[in-house]
Amino acid sequence: MAEQSNMFLILLVIIPLIASPVCVLLRNATAAWAVSMAVAWSVFGIAIKLVNDLSASNQVLYYRIGGWDAPWGIEYALDKVGGLVILVVSIIGALSLVYAKRSVEKEIPPERIYLFYAMLMLCLSGLLGIVITGDAFNLFVFLEISSLSSYVLISLGKDKRALTSAFNYLIMGTIGATFYIIGVGMMYMMTGTLNMADLSTILPAVADSKTVMVALAFLTVGISLKLALFPLHAWLPGAYAFAPSVVTVFLAATATKVSLYVLIRIFFTVFGKVDVFETFPIQPVLLVMALAAMFIASLAAIWQQNIKRMLAYSSIAQIGYMVLGVAIATEAGLTGGIIHIFNHALMKGSLFMAVGAMAYGAGITTVSDMAGMGRRMPLLMAAFVVGGLSLIGVPLTVGFVSKWALVSAALDAQMWPLAALILLSSLLAIIYVWRVVEIAYLKPAPENAPKPSAVPLSMLIPTWVLALASIWFGANATFTMNMAGSAARHLMGGY
Amino acid sequence: MMHQKSVLRVVSKLLIPPILLFALYVQFHGDFGPGGGFQAGVIFAAAFILYGLIFGIANARRTVPASATRTMLALGVLLYAGTGVWTMLLGGEFLDYNYLASTPIAGQHLGILLVELGVGITVAGAMMSIFYTFAAQTLDGDEDIEEEV
Repeated sequence: MAEQSNMFLILLVIIPLIASPVCVLLRNATAAWAVSMAVAWSVFGIAIKLVNDLSASNQVLYYRIGGWDAPWGIEYALDKVGGLVILVVSIIGALSLVYAKRSVEKEIPPERIYLFYAMLMLCLSGLLGIVITGDAFNLFVFLEISSLSSYVLISLGKDKRALTSAFNYLIMGTIGATFYIIGVGMMYMMTGTLNMADLSTILPAVADSKTVMVALAFLTVGISLKLALFPLHAWLPGAYAFAPSVVTVFLAATATKVSLYVLIRIFFTVFGKVDVFETFPIQPVLLVMALAAMFIASLAAIWQQNIKRMLAYSSIAQIGYMVLGVAIATEAGLTGGIIHIFNHALMKGSLFMAVGAMAYGAGITTVSDMAGMGRRMPLLMAAFVVGGLSLIGVPLTVGFVSKWALVSAALDAQMWPLAALILLSSLLAIIYVWRVVEIAYLKPAPENAPKPSAVPLSMLIPTWVLALASIWFGANATFTMNMAGSAARHLMGGY
Repeated sequence: MMHQKSVLRVVSKLLIPPILLFALYVQFHGDFGPGGGFQAGVIFAAAFILYGLIFGIANARRTVPASATRTMLALGVLLYAGTGVWTMLLGGEFLDYNYLASTPIAGQHLGILLVELGVGITVAGAMMSIFYTFAAQTLDGDEDIEEEV
């Protein structure tokens, strides 16, 4: 391979991977937090450096593990889509760790906190690994690393129901991963290779075989399970609702996004030269599922009592928007889908952080608990409102940028009804966001409500950083639009 | 205590040392014959699991405490990743064993030995942890192994 190996690609994965056993050996909550914190921020630094390298060189960055050349050895490859996703994962990782210290002290038994950080580091390493690997089997390994650690993280929730939710997710997630590996096995059977770039050159020759068709079906269903695409979303609401606050923040903002990235990688890189959308009837299926997610999940969100559950259903709806962008399958559509990965991470991150901090200070769990929150915790509630406005897609927030990109993509592709449906589903978001806002600002707090305890700055600041970022990138979307646009161009032009 | 099954006790006492020895053989002969870290780790742990089955979980935990198995879990991963980082410090790529010794062949030998040792330690630790967790459920109900550390 002519390209120079970029050492930072591997560092991105092994630094958190090494931090995990170090946390276990330290056996001390504060020390484990300090190590994880240092690691998460250096990972963020490396991600920024890699994204800079990507924009400077305009080429894919490579790394060969163990010095073995590409089709035989495992190769890491990072292009602009990956760059945007590692940026999302590492920003959220770094901010979550700032947020985690106090939040975790309140929610997890002290003797288990160091193990919590060990798992968080493993999960971070797995998610980053999925993004940068250029090998279909290696991707499965990282998928398992991130999934297994996230089952553990979810089960650490205070509520007993966290255990059943984690178990549900374990079963569904394992089925998803198994489907993925069956798909990879079938591709290997037809091509004899696992390297994604190599697969993409060999697959066109065998694309009309039944095996490859079945492989694609397995891959799509398997990844859709991990992605929580409607109707395979049943594991998500419980998992997000009962996990510890910081785990919900971290997973909601990263895990499903990374799965969407895998879906994009399979369709546009591995099957990049086959033209999946012409050869296989994928487009109508994805479109219907995405639309169903947007409407049914938003409707379900309106009826939820538990506030984290409501936001979880809203996440399923937002995943619908991302998949919609992918399913439009034009450069503009992909741009919309990819930019929504970034934007949704910002808004959902700030929303879950605000809710977690309110749970920390005032112990809220349901929507009716929010009564009087506008007065009792004005700063957090304001952050919640910013996130909520962004979910609706109000101008000057990131949500508007995403929806604008998606609507104009639908119009460009002559899919008029789609554009109307995107706008219509935003109305549902208004309802479920307004419901909370109304109770928080217009309904007085109950007489006997205890005074909320002070929320530490280490939880308030990350919440507001994300809330302000969702305004900043909403008002000034040049950077994200350029990044998503060139990522989409790169994907449509093949690997 | 239950009945003292002397046959079981004597036979398992006789078996445990050869099992441990066989595990080490599978571990270190792995690059010439069938075997390797995973298999060796499982066999190694099997010796302790047999001990726990026959002489009781309390005795087994006294021999290898739960904290020790957790340390093994972490150390194995560190040995694996550490080997990779070492090759990077020596100027190669992650896990490029060629750089570990004066000649590439010696380096490959050393590298696979270290990495498989890491796998073996982690797998043995994992097997014992799983066994302790399940066995402790019947022993003392809700009591959690982690609280004992």
